[in-house]
Amino acid sequence: MTIRTAAPAAPRPGVVSRLARVLPIPAGAGMARILVERNAMAFRHGWIAFVTGLAEPILYLFSLGVGLGALVRTVTTDGGSVVSYAEFVAPALLAAAAMNGAVFDSTFNVFFKLKYAKLYDSVLATPLGPRDVAVGEISWSLLRGAFYSGAFLLVAVVAGMVHSWWALLALPAANFISFAFSAVGMFATTFMRSWVDFDWINLAIQPLFLFSATFFPLATYPSGVQWLVQVTPLYHGVALERGLMLGEVGTGLLVHVAYLAVLGLVGLVGAARRVERLLLS
Amino acid sequence: MTSDEPLIHASGLTKRFGDFEAVKAIDFAVQRGEAFGFLGPNGAGKTSTMRMVGCVSPATGGELRLFGLDPATEGPRIRARLGVVPQKDTLDEELTVEENIWVYGRYFGLSKPQVRARATELLEFAQLTERARSKVEPLSGGMKRRLTIARSLVNDPEVLMLDEPTTGLDPQARHVLWDRLFRLKRQGVTLVLTTHYMDEAEQLCDRLVVMDHGEIVAEGSPRDLIREHSTREVLELRFDVDDHAELAGRVDGLGDRVEVLPDRLLIYTDDGDAAGEKVHAAGLEPLSALVRRSTLEDVFLNLTGRTLVD
Repeated sequence: MTIRTAAPAAPRPGVVSRLARVLPIPAGAGMARILVERNAMAFRHGWIAFVTGLAEPILYLFSLGVGLGALVRTVTTDGGSVVSYAEFVAPALLAAAAMNGAVFDSTFNVFFKLKYAKLYDSVLATPLGPRDVAVGEISWSLLRGAFYSGAFLLVAVVAGMVHSWWALLALPAANFISFAFSAVGMFATTFMRSWVDFDWINLAIQPLFLFSATFFPLATYPSGVQWLVQVTPLYHGVALERGLMLGEVGTGLLVHVAYLAVLGLVGLVGAARRVERLLLS
Repeated sequence: MTSDEPLIHASGLTKRFGDFEAVKAIDFAVQRGEAFGFLGPNGAGKTSTMRMVGCVSPATGGELRLFGLDPATEGPRIRARLGVVPQKDTLDEELTVEENIWVYGRYFGLSKPQVRARATELLEFAQLTERARSKVEPLSGGMKRRLTIARSLVNDPEVLMLDEPTTGLDPQARHVLWDRLFRLKRQGVTLVLTTHYMDEAEQLCDRLVVMDHGEIVAEGSPRDLIREHSTREVLELRFDVDDHAELAGRVDGLGDRVEVLPDRLLIYTDDGDAAGEKVHAAGLEPLSALVRRSTLEDVFLNLTGRTLVD
């Protein structure tokens, strides 16, 4: 107990926290990455959850793409091209996987840490602030999401479901979808009182998964419903991924990017503010 | 900040939650190197005060300075120099014992080699070296508490803040913990602690404030407080009656002051044995009569009319 450690070096802020610093959100020390490091360390003890997150979308891909694809053969996309059903559904499953992974991490895991493990109480006693907590947790679910999306895309490529070089952008796009859902998920979690409230999350996620032009083109829906679908977030994720993976690229894709960016930033700021209100009262 | 300025300084410090005023405009100062205590019953405002000092709860009113810095604007800089041991252990149960210290050190911006070296030292200090690779969950209450303290020392804090450090521990575990805290104090770490155990306050604190209903009702060293607010000795009498209040009138005047508790009478006097003889002379036959020295418990009873632990 006599060794004096040297003064801590000034931490170098990461890109995400630098972005966060210009936003009107609660204080942080630019050390969100240490929370990511903590999560990675904890994860080494529970890596099995990693495998299940990976298996689900791939199982869907083969069950629907190969199985249902044998019945449906081809689909005319909203962009006008005719593709096999597997090619049509793969981008949507990538988007849905990005959403599911992000939501799982930012809701169940964050709620456990917030209410039971009291992780953030001890974190906030250090130089880290509520912004670091929000940015750190969201960054972590992005990292996990990136791994899932990458593996999924690889499988889709190997299975011959991808033909356009634009698909290279599908990965950052999936990360963007993760960001939007993770931020909103964490924001929503700060309002949860008990595990019972998580039924609301399922209630939101399932219709999104089924009806975001995931399994059939938007044109299939009645026109009134089309409007409704286009308001919901996963639709924009699916449309973005489908545009990239099928090579139907146009400026219209930027609308989807903008939608997801706004959603993510609102979630991020909201989550940081709520963490501050809940824990720094 | 010059060296004779207090390390922590509060004036008119207030905390309100809605209509409820948890801390009512209190003043105190903590000097470098001392062990300073907040003594009081549950709900006295001790934890609210500690949270404000720990920069995790904004003050509603008044002024607070740590190291001459304002928590409202310099929170991270202040917290970098504090060690915090919360009332309930908030150890990271997803990590092992040593990982808890590593990660905590990283939160303070220490490098990986630094936190590893530090963890080895701190686990030694906390007598947990053999459990370094263990999960946190199976540790005993005393071990978890020691790990929480070890963790809070990772940044070599100038001030260690302990909220009810030994609540819920068995006597042996308490003594081990007290021993560790003494060592820290000898190394020059300033200790700020809350407790509702008078023996803990007497053991550990150079100086303390007694809190009740959000206010500071007395301040001084344990010895000074006892001298000022109580007599040298106390005669405790137990009678074979349902209500000790009915006998209060009959012992009135046998000492400086009489306190009636549900299960006993306390006679405050500088000579307990003499008072005991007077009790017998008055024809009273207590089941038991015990003479003891005054403690902080008596100080609290005198100041507030209530016992500390109920």
